[in-house]
Amino acid sequence: MDILDLTAVELGRKIREHEIRVVEATEASLAQIEKLEPQLNCYVTVAKEQALKQAKEVQKRIDDKTLTGPLAGVPMAMKDNMCLEGLPTTCSSKILENFVPTYTAEAVKRLIGAGAVILGKTNMDEFAMGSTTETSAFGETKNPWNPAHVPGGSSGGSCAAVAANECFYALGSDTGGSIRQPSSFCGVTGIKPTYGTVSRYGLIAYGSSLDQIGPVARNVEDCAAVLETIASYDKKDSTSIRREDCDFTAALVDDVRGMRIGIVRDYLGEGLDDEVRDAVLAAARVLEEKGAVTEEFDLSLVEYAIPAYYVIASAEASSNLSRFDGIKYGYRTKEYEGLHHLYKKSRSEGFGKEVKRRIMLGSFVLSSGYYDAYYLKALRTKALIKQAFDKAFSRYDLILGPAAPSTAPRLGESLQDPLKMYLGDIYTIAVNLAGLPGMTVPCGRDSQGLPIGLQLIGDCFREKNLIRAAYAYECTRSYEMPDLAKQAREQEVR
Amino acid sequence: MGKQYETVIGLEVHVELATKTKIFCGCSTEFGGAPNTHTCPVCTGMPGSLPVLNKQVVEYALAVGLATNCKIHQYCKFDRKNYFYPDNPQNYQISQLYLPICHDGWVEIETAAGKKKIGIHEIHMEEDAGKLVHDEWEDCSLVDYNRSGVPLIEIVSEPDMRSADEVIAYLEKLRLIIQYLGASDCKLQEGSMRADVNLSVREVGAKEFGTRTEMKNLNSFKAIARAIEGERTRQIELLEDGRKVIQETRRWDDNKEASHAMRSKEDAQDYRYFPDPDLVPIWISDEWIARVKERQPELRSEKLARYQSEYQLPQYDAEILTGSKHLADIFEETVNLCRKPKEVSNWLMTDAMRLLKEHGKEPEDLSFSPENLAKLIRLVEENVINRTVARGVFEAVFAENVDPEKYVEEKGLRVVSDEGALRRVVEEILEKNPQSVTDYKAGKQKAMGFVVGQTMRAMKGKADPAVVNELVKELLER
Repeated sequence: MDILDLTAVELGRKIREHEIRVVEATEASLAQIEKLEPQLNCYVTVAKEQALKQAKEVQKRIDDKTLTGPLAGVPMAMKDNMCLEGLPTTCSSKILENFVPTYTAEAVKRLIGAGAVILGKTNMDEFAMGSTTETSAFGETKNPWNPAHVPGGSSGGSCAAVAANECFYALGSDTGGSIRQPSSFCGVTGIKPTYGTVSRYGLIAYGSSLDQIGPVARNVEDCAAVLETIASYDKKDSTSIRREDCDFTAALVDDVRGMRIGIVRDYLGEGLDDEVRDAVLAAARVLEEKGAVTEEFDLSLVEYAIPAYYVIASAEASSNLSRFDGIKYGYRTKEYEGLHHLYKKSRSEGFGKEVKRRIMLGSFVLSSGYYDAYYLKALRTKALIKQAFDKAFSRYDLILGPAAPSTAPRLGESLQDPLKMYLGDIYTIAVNLAGLPGMTVPCGRDSQGLPIGLQLIGDCFREKNLIRAAYAYECTRSYEMPDLAKQAREQEVR
Repeated sequence: MGKQYETVIGLEVHVELATKTKIFCGCSTEFGGAPNTHTCPVCTGMPGSLPVLNKQVVEYALAVGLATNCKIHQYCKFDRKNYFYPDNPQNYQISQLYLPICHDGWVEIETAAGKKKIGIHEIHMEEDAGKLVHDEWEDCSLVDYNRSGVPLIEIVSEPDMRSADEVIAYLEKLRLIIQYLGASDCKLQEGSMRADVNLSVREVGAKEFGTRTEMKNLNSFKAIARAIEGERTRQIELLEDGRKVIQETRRWDDNKEASHAMRSKEDAQDYRYFPDPDLVPIWISDEWIARVKERQPELRSEKLARYQSEYQLPQYDAEILTGSKHLADIFEETVNLCRKPKEVSNWLMTDAMRLLKEHGKEPEDLSFSPENLAKLIRLVEENVINRTVARGVFEAVFAENVDPEKYVEEKGLRVVSDEGALRRVVEEILEKNPQSVTDYKAGKQKAMGFVVGQTMRAMKGKADPAVVNELVKELLER
């Protein structure tokens, strides 16, 4: 048996049953990291020593039975926009390259409490702004299915690391599709929960009203187990919600009989790759064969989601990112004359192009005279989009569609045309605007062998519907792993 | 004859609220403390930190709003005011623009010109900034974030005031209300109450307002009065010269009694206000408002009436005593201890006020304990010391909050009523002043007063005056 073949929950079980030691599992992950990182660059920071030390401590607590949860001892990775005490937290930006927080993000704290072993921090688009993980200041991450392609973004490092067996599961964050789109490109499963389900404390904000942390893993069960661990009310986050129904693993039931599924007709039209359309509709048929009732419908307002999103997210980002000024922490320019020069030069040198573009866009839409025309209008659009979903969920238990218009593009293609890149978020963005839960599960591969993702969208607090349908669908398939990951495991560590 | 001008003034008053912890985190609001010791990731703007509203701030703001006849925005929100400055760790201040908690209120003021209502445009909640410390030796600036996140309310008046007198009356009224509510100590010098003055002038009878300026850095009522006079004169001179008043922010220098421009409207910043997505809107229910109303402590007008009815004090005394919440507190606590309202009032009204005036201090600065004043009153009542000595003891209580009982013992200030001892002193004085005896016997009553005075002086004031009087009379008539 190869440890790396196991899912997170399977590994957790074997660790609890003392078949596998935590250190062994950690070493297996670290070996895979060592072999693949030169090619893939999934991590910004690998915390090898710390992980091994943590593995020993966790093993002790498992042995004396103080740790009994399903994820105890399972090595994982976290996106580099979540704070971890004592380890650099960079948001893949030069401006935070030397920032070491003195506190740990609440979601990560909960995982540590459940016995997680943290392997390191994963690469991302700078400040989560991008759809390819190419805007990272520390080099792009490559897709394990084909390193000439992007892994998607912004949680590209987390998704690629899971696909490449460089960790057993990972945390990502999703502001406009940043978990679901790279999950689709990397052939892994990811959930963006209902806004307010997972505490944002310690998550470095991009668009505060849209950001949510969520799990990325090999399968639905792992995602459900991780989400169950990280979901909780947190009094340090005012937008956190008290929920009673966070026993997500209870929804791992292979039964969709009578489930009403709406297929968004607007998502299947122009702009969608034929192979993606075929795979998504085939998945819908699988669920139908299992007893679900599917129906196509018009969601409407779809074309307004992207402009509304880029106005709101950029506006919030322009303010959220103003604290990075070279004064208190982070990058400060070498030479400057006076305060304003210090601000300007540090920020000009510290931020990348895409981040600057969104700060400028956000500052513009909030400026006096434009606020009503852009920002307020975007908020109204957001409210209308929520209404459109409310109407749909009065008829359907969940909504089904693609996660992205295509499979992973080649490296370097997307950044040449940012507007086209923004349009790539069309199927994921409305979910964040409406605060809904969304999920991606793999549903096949295209003719180039690149993974295709199926997106499921639920009403607020109805993650269980997603998990149930995704699980039922997954039961009809077997897990696919990129050749790169398999080959690496056969190599000896140098 | 020259034109007649009218001054139009509106005020923006910042008040630091008396909460124990900051507005969006659990750090202490205590004044002082080594730099950056009352801080955490939230109030230093560390990445990933999030604000959580301190409910007490809403209660205080609500209490002030209700006491100033404001309407309440029951659905209210916080907005971000974006601007870059190192004392502002996030480079935005969390404040309220679109839906401030209180609006459209008023307070009534009274000046020599009579009673008048001053409108309150709005009251909003916000966070204070940190403090910059410029190190001239090192040629650098340091930031202390202890004050960052201390809760403030900003009370914005309508442009309803027409003179410095009205402005001072309005500020005193606000201060009293807020002190009575316990929402702040409102000390101008320490910055827990700060006022910016918006002022314009126009010809009497004109309908439109003139162009206004905003005056900052006003640290006392006197400075405010001087700044208003100065700015009124400056604006009128400009207009008389045929020049224009420029809309700008000016900084008052009270030493030079002059102001200089800080920034004009043209370089006014665009703060790009928008609702703070990290904070959820607040819903202030009818029940919550009712609870705050119910808990509203006695306000000044109620106290004023009660002092007259319950303690039988004259209106004038009651007005002085209730004119400062601190003074009223000392009065009531002392009365509770000694049950002599008239006596307590006399000490506070005469000796305490005189000493405050001599030291250039405010009633808020009184630092002695009610226990010590009560002890002093008891010492007089029990004839342990006489009144003359008592006034000296009070000065020590006022200055250093001494325990009067110990002080009297240590300094040997007890009244001497031992007849034998006093008789010898009087006899000695009569021997040295035979003329007094002659005068007295010739019918000059004044001579007796002279002998009594000499005796008291010899006794350093400690003699029991009744005993001395009797003795002198007896010995003169011998």
